[in-house]
Amino acid sequence: MYYSQFLSRVCMPHAVLLQPKESWNSKYEFHVIIVGHCTKVPRNSNLEKLRSGYLFPEISRHESEHLQKNPDASLIRLGIGDTTQPIPDTITLAMAEQVRGLSTIQGYRGYGAEQGNMALRKAIAGKFYQDMGIKANEIFVSDGAQCDISRLQMLLGSNVTVAVQDPSFPAYIDSSVVVGQAGELEEETGKYGNIIYMNCGPENDFFPDLSTIPRTDIIFLCSPNNPTGHAASWQQLKQLVEFAEANGSIIVHDSAYAAYIRDGSPRSIFAIPGAKEVAIEISSFSKFAGFTGVRLGWTVVPEELLYSNGFPVIKDFNRIVCTCFNGASNIAQAGGLACLSTDGYHDLCKVIDYYMENAKILVDGFTSLGWKVYGGKNAPYIWVHFPGMSSWNVFAEILKKTNIVTVPGRGFGPAGEEYIRLAIAKQAASEGARISLLARSVDQLQKAKESICQAYEVEVSIFSADVRDYDAVERAIKEAGPIDV
Amino acid sequence: MSLMNNLSTSMISSSSSTFLAPTSFNSSRTQSVSVPLKSINIVKCVATPQEQQNAYKTKVSRNANIAKLQAGYLFPEVARRRAAHLLKYPNAQVISLGIGDTTEPIPDVITSAMAKRSHALSTLEGYSGYGAEQGEKALRAALASTFYRNLGIEDDDIFVSDGAKCDISRLQVVFGSNVTMAVQDPSYPAYVDSSVIMGQTGQFQKDVEKYGNIEYMRCTPENGFFPDLSKVARTDIIFFCSPNNPTGAAATREQLTRLVKFAKDNGSIIVYDSAYAMYMSDDNPRSIFEIPGAKEVAIETASFSKYAGFTGVRLGWTVIPKQLLFSDGFPVAKDFNRIVCTCFNGASNIAQAGGLACLSSEGLEAMQEVIGFYKENTKIIVETFNSLGFKVYGGKNAPYVWVHFPGRSSWDVFSEILEKTHIVTTPGSGFGPGGEGFIRVSAFGHRENVLEACRRFKQLYN
Repeated sequence: MYYSQFLSRVCMPHAVLLQPKESWNSKYEFHVIIVGHCTKVPRNSNLEKLRSGYLFPEISRHESEHLQKNPDASLIRLGIGDTTQPIPDTITLAMAEQVRGLSTIQGYRGYGAEQGNMALRKAIAGKFYQDMGIKANEIFVSDGAQCDISRLQMLLGSNVTVAVQDPSFPAYIDSSVVVGQAGELEEETGKYGNIIYMNCGPENDFFPDLSTIPRTDIIFLCSPNNPTGHAASWQQLKQLVEFAEANGSIIVHDSAYAAYIRDGSPRSIFAIPGAKEVAIEISSFSKFAGFTGVRLGWTVVPEELLYSNGFPVIKDFNRIVCTCFNGASNIAQAGGLACLSTDGYHDLCKVIDYYMENAKILVDGFTSLGWKVYGGKNAPYIWVHFPGMSSWNVFAEILKKTNIVTVPGRGFGPAGEEYIRLAIAKQAASEGARISLLARSVDQLQKAKESICQAYEVEVSIFSADVRDYDAVERAIKEAGPIDV
Repeated sequence: MSLMNNLSTSMISSSSSTFLAPTSFNSSRTQSVSVPLKSINIVKCVATPQEQQNAYKTKVSRNANIAKLQAGYLFPEVARRRAAHLLKYPNAQVISLGIGDTTEPIPDVITSAMAKRSHALSTLEGYSGYGAEQGEKALRAALASTFYRNLGIEDDDIFVSDGAKCDISRLQVVFGSNVTMAVQDPSYPAYVDSSVIMGQTGQFQKDVEKYGNIEYMRCTPENGFFPDLSKVARTDIIFFCSPNNPTGAAATREQLTRLVKFAKDNGSIIVYDSAYAMYMSDDNPRSIFEIPGAKEVAIETASFSKYAGFTGVRLGWTVIPKQLLFSDGFPVAKDFNRIVCTCFNGASNIAQAGGLACLSSEGLEAMQEVIGFYKENTKIIVETFNSLGFKVYGGKNAPYVWVHFPGRSSWDVFSEILEKTHIVTTPGSGFGPGGEGFIRVSAFGHRENVLEACRRFKQLYN
């Protein structure tokens, strides 16, 4: 039980008071006045600047509340990007073997190197950074990108300025606020005063117009992008590297979805010449190997990356890793090594193909009906535009009326307003689910129905409603019957 | 880095010149520069990597807090010396009683649960993705009932993590840079180092070997390794570890009651590190929450590392009672939860399955056996040093033996022991100025290695 802002807090020794109070409808309301010892330790003012809970637990909360009100609802989760497909045997067998080894004298392992097992670091270098000149000792194995982002923020400290894409994965902004880089939140814009927001929308091909961006010390860029799904082209990344070079900035490149790239876009920032002097890259086994619960990722800090006084960033990152961390689990690391074996990698590519098939179904479904849909080609996210609407409202409507969990674009930044992100993990979409489609034009509906029937042999019914008219939508949904997708 | 700077740091005599040669690095800035010889007599050619001369530098300032740290973290430093020693004596049978690293295999009851969980991840029914950042419910419940029964600590007061070291830093992130802290002296280095990184401290003062703005609470044989609280200034946060790493001292109920009162009177928060609680032989409190009133002043961290040999598996937990409030009444647990959700993504689900097995009755029994084994090691080491006439502390309630070498520099003793017996220990000064003159011998090791180490100690010091 946590106290909301609306309960008054009074620090007095040793008593809890429950005071009944008559309200206008003459029911008793209880106001709880919390009394007890308060320490004299001031709350961290940075944490006060965070307006709400972290985005994804908030989504979970909405989901739980919905389930409480509708216990029989058959919920489909296309919200939090949580993997659903089992991990291929090759990999779990390797982990089980490592585990069994821990019960033997020869196989027991205690503390590992904080930077990770050398075999794994070499395998990562060989698999992902071949010909890019990244060495094993520049790779730091971790328990995941979210943790690495915060460790990088601890490394950089509170006195650096930061730029993020808008919209972007919330951890960049939230960690920036926590560390004290972000300044005050401006209520009207929803932006933090010291953060530069680099707008990414259809008008600029979801890549910031760097000519309009002021210099910051750090630039966070995620490609393929969460939530928009855009994979930056070679040209775009080259521009970014040159921009960073000209400004003396450091790029933190998040390549967690690189394995989903289909169109030959660069999978690493280090594919760009000169990047080693201006960039750090973070990545993860989560979406690549279904390791969202197993916990494994890595960060690359090239030796060439130097602070303004010439001190190598890698040395300080190493110090952070040795002081604030104690290595990723050796079991997860054994799994990681198996992921990068020929068989393991081959099996994982099949799982990724599966998720991208899901993406195609959703993209095809929405686009052929006249929705403006982005992403879904190089990432397991589709980014759907609902012009003129509040994304939290759309999120709530979709949840209420179709029992589908999505993520409101606003959760990723002010520019996410009007958008909804769907994650593609769910199996149901590809297993002959009944698809009911809502659209704005009957012609398009016809065309879509035909193409979907042909491609997927699923039953497609057509109902028309103006998507801005919620009652019409409600009627259409009632007519349609249970909607799977 | 300017050229002058570079010249002054490299070993070049005044009568030599430097040839700057292109290196094999894949750099577009490769240049050939030749410098005319100053004198015909002696020329020292030093191939200086091109990168150090005109290396591209970003314009991002180095974090001044990290620059305050004096050297590497203690244990990698010890490991470095060990590695250097092995280079020197490649055939030496080095015995490591330095870093407190567990050596004995994990009991089957625990690893079979982890193997089962691993296999389950390959099945539809058994697959799990993201877990709750605070930890799996069953594990939190088991922790509450195993360690905090009848202490009023609830399941959701417990946050499962990938270990105490990581939790210490996450707590520091919660507290921020504007709090003051006190540590025992000597103490586990992560408290001080994380404090420096967070910006809570001033510069390192070489003369006293302390960081400015930290209150060091001296713990010595004279005060029974419990600080004289009447001499301790008020700080926001007080780190306290019991049973103690490195001294092995275990605080009594009376002492902890005084500490809780001290914190209450000062409005401070105690961060109580109980990582070695299960090593307690004496009848001392194992949890700070055994002390009445502690829930309003204390956080407790703990770990499976030294109980279950999980040093590599990575699992621990932190307890934050709902009653613990900041000065404005805001619950500390709420902020910690936010940090856990933002800066962390939960401990590995496989490790958590292992943790749950640890807390089954069979698992607890198995852990007690392994702990008992290490305690026997400790006993052997204590007896050895006693018999050699040393003043020996600790060893009864913790797997560490704290040996006094009066008047000597602990790094010197460390080096001497390493050089002459090929045994790695840990120099006391690595834990703070109060550790000077002491050596920490850890009792983690195979029995035959511990026995052999004791034979060598006897040889050296007889």
